Amino acid sequence: MTTERWDTDPVLTVEHVTMRFGGLVAVNDLSFKAGRGDITALIGPNGAGKTTVFNCITGFYKPTMGLLDLAHRDGKRFMLERMPDFKISGKAKVARTFQNIRLFSGMTLLENLLVAQHNALMLASGMTIGGILGIGGYKAKEKEAMERAKYWLDKIRLTARADDPAGDLPYGAQRRLEIARAMCTGPELLCLDEPAAGLNPRESAELNELLLGIRESEKTSLLLIEHDMSVVMEISDHVVVLEYGIKISDGTPAFVQNDPRVIAAYLGVDDEEVETVEKQLDVLTGEAG
Amino acid sequence: MTAPVSAKPREGADYGKAGKDAILAGIIAFGIFGPLVGLKTEQNMSNELIVVNDMVSALIIVAIVMAGRFLLSAFVFPYMSQRGKKPTAANALGTEKPDRSKLYARLGLVLIFFYPIIVVSLVGFQGSLKWVDNFGIQILIYVMLGWGLNIVVGLAGLLDLGYVAFYAVGAYSYALLAINFDLSFWVLLPVAGLLAAFWGVILGFPVLRLRGDYLAIVTLAFGEIIRLVLINFRELTNGSAGISSIPKVTLFGIPFDASPDGFAKMFDLPLSSAYYKIFLYYLILLLALLTAYVTIRLRRMPIGRAWEALREDEVACRSLGINTTNTKLTAFAIGAMFAGFAGSFFAARQGFVSPESFVFMESAVIVAIVVLGGMGSMIGVAVAAAAMIGGTELLRELTFLKAVFGPEFNPDQYRMLLFGLAMVGIMIWRPRGFVSSREPTAYLFERKSVSGSLVKEGHG
Repeated sequence: MTTERWDTDPVLTVEHVTMRFGGLVAVNDLSFKAGRGDITALIGPNGAGKTTVFNCITGFYKPTMGLLDLAHRDGKRFMLERMPDFKISGKAKVARTFQNIRLFSGMTLLENLLVAQHNALMLASGMTIGGILGIGGYKAKEKEAMERAKYWLDKIRLTARADDPAGDLPYGAQRRLEIARAMCTGPELLCLDEPAAGLNPRESAELNELLLGIRESEKTSLLLIEHDMSVVMEISDHVVVLEYGIKISDGTPAFVQNDPRVIAAYLGVDDEEVETVEKQLDVLTGEAG
Repeated sequence: MTAPVSAKPREGADYGKAGKDAILAGIIAFGIFGPLVGLKTEQNMSNELIVVNDMVSALIIVAIVMAGRFLLSAFVFPYMSQRGKKPTAANALGTEKPDRSKLYARLGLVLIFFYPIIVVSLVGFQGSLKWVDNFGIQILIYVMLGWGLNIVVGLAGLLDLGYVAFYAVGAYSYALLAINFDLSFWVLLPVAGLLAAFWGVILGFPVLRLRGDYLAIVTLAFGEIIRLVLINFRELTNGSAGISSIPKVTLFGIPFDASPDGFAKMFDLPLSSAYYKIFLYYLILLLALLTAYVTIRLRRMPIGRAWEALREDEVACRSLGINTTNTKLTAFAIGAMFAGFAGSFFAARQGFVSPESFVFMESAVIVAIVVLGGMGSMIGVAVAAAAMIGGTELLRELTFLKAVFGPEFNPDQYRMLLFGLAMVGIMIWRPRGFVSSREPTAYLFERKSVSGSLVKEGHG
């Protein structure tokens, strides 16, 4: 394979990651790289292990084997497989959203975005003590955090609803708010778990715009799981395809689209083709094992 | 009643209807209670069954039923139906106007502040003892405990059924340190708070992995462990006999006793224990307000928002870089600290502590106060504490019922029954407590209350 952009300056390097749940191998010896500033899509049929990979990257699972290496723009590197989840988001700056939206539904939009800036504000408030006594620069920092929240509310076009509870928002707006909340942590890598799920075509197009905007203005690298092929093919620079926990294809959207193994995984194959595909799969699993 | 008419003529028409309702209810009540209560069978000296006519009791019950029904039909039902119509529109948006509750809170605060003065002017110094001590101080202790537990249960969403353990730690810390080292209340108050907070952290560490029901069970066990240690560690705590003659609180060194440099002599006042009680009242009021103030301030700090976020969704918190372990520990520690303050006050006020005061029932009452008041709401918790503790004390006052139900009747024994009824009633009409809406901690344009239906209770 030719050397692609993501090979030269990867933000995230996944090496030989395996995740077992008892006898079930959810992810088997997965290796791929996500380029800096790229939108990398992780696709595959249901149950292919995409969300498991996400949970390994964001620390919600500890991978059974393998390395996860994150490199910041300034050269700092983090071994994600050794860090607890809150440090991965706090220190290594990997933010994520969830497949089933996880907003703080009883808190207002503004509060949701302020909670996302917890660590910076906590430091500014002198671990609360300074903030309570009114010493230190907490007031200024809080104002700054509000400005940042306002900026993101503007971006997702929900400024008018800033003081409404998040649980009152329509579905599409909740998805956007969750992305804004993740962005308020100032992430180096943003992981989106099916951001377009349940969106209508118009909302989906808006989402594409938002994601491209994030990459453009924030220089954040994106990693997303998606079923909606229009989103994947339109905005992603790099696609990794999983099936049964094994990587079956890796390349540009155009390359993946024409990969016979991907077509077989998604559409199934004719009877006479089964043999050839099985052979290919054997080769693959042979390589893995 | 089909056409929508203005409120006034409808109210007028309602009295007639309410009267009819009351009469009907009275007939039914008489049908039931007439034979049941009015006619009693007893054995006389020669072992014969005779019918004793006790129609007076029956008629009293019937009168109560009629009056109750009249009040319900004339005032409560129309009010409920009107109120039921109005807020639904606002509720659909998830917002309610907070203005009225704020006004009530201010009025309540003023009333609480002048309460001892009002009582003294009404019933004199000697008569005020009971009202200030049994009602005022007792209620305020529970208000403070409720507000303290509110941090753990209401804000952080961690169900703590062993809260009384920290109250006990505070009380015993003061009792033991004051007796053995002769330190004053003002020195030991923060010490008791810190020790309780320390035990909060000790409890917090092992239970942090647990959530929901499991957390509740472990905290319950912790409460029992502390009590059992207090009973069995006789060398230190004197076992179930408790510790007595705990020093009283002094007003910056001025003791409240008959000595020449005591409070009464110093200000040339007649000797009375009422001064001490009133002083204690203002002391606990101050402590409770401190709890409220700190809680309100903390809610607007990042840590307070993190507590509430933790209650809403712990996984999302972790994905945002919040150290949930530390956040839970601070909630436990700060909640426990206020219980420690309240405990040391309790010990100083009683002059005697024993493990009997720290049974599970106390924890249950405090949790009930927080749940009834509406989790997370300061005003709701205060109202619930006043209703539950004040209600219990009021039951003791209902001695006139003895005239109705006979001399063996002890209204105090119906405490639990009434508790239960109040709980069931609240759960039916206000399942999220008296004050179910949540006040946001920050806003861009205007502060709108969040409807309780969107706020989560937390799962540990």
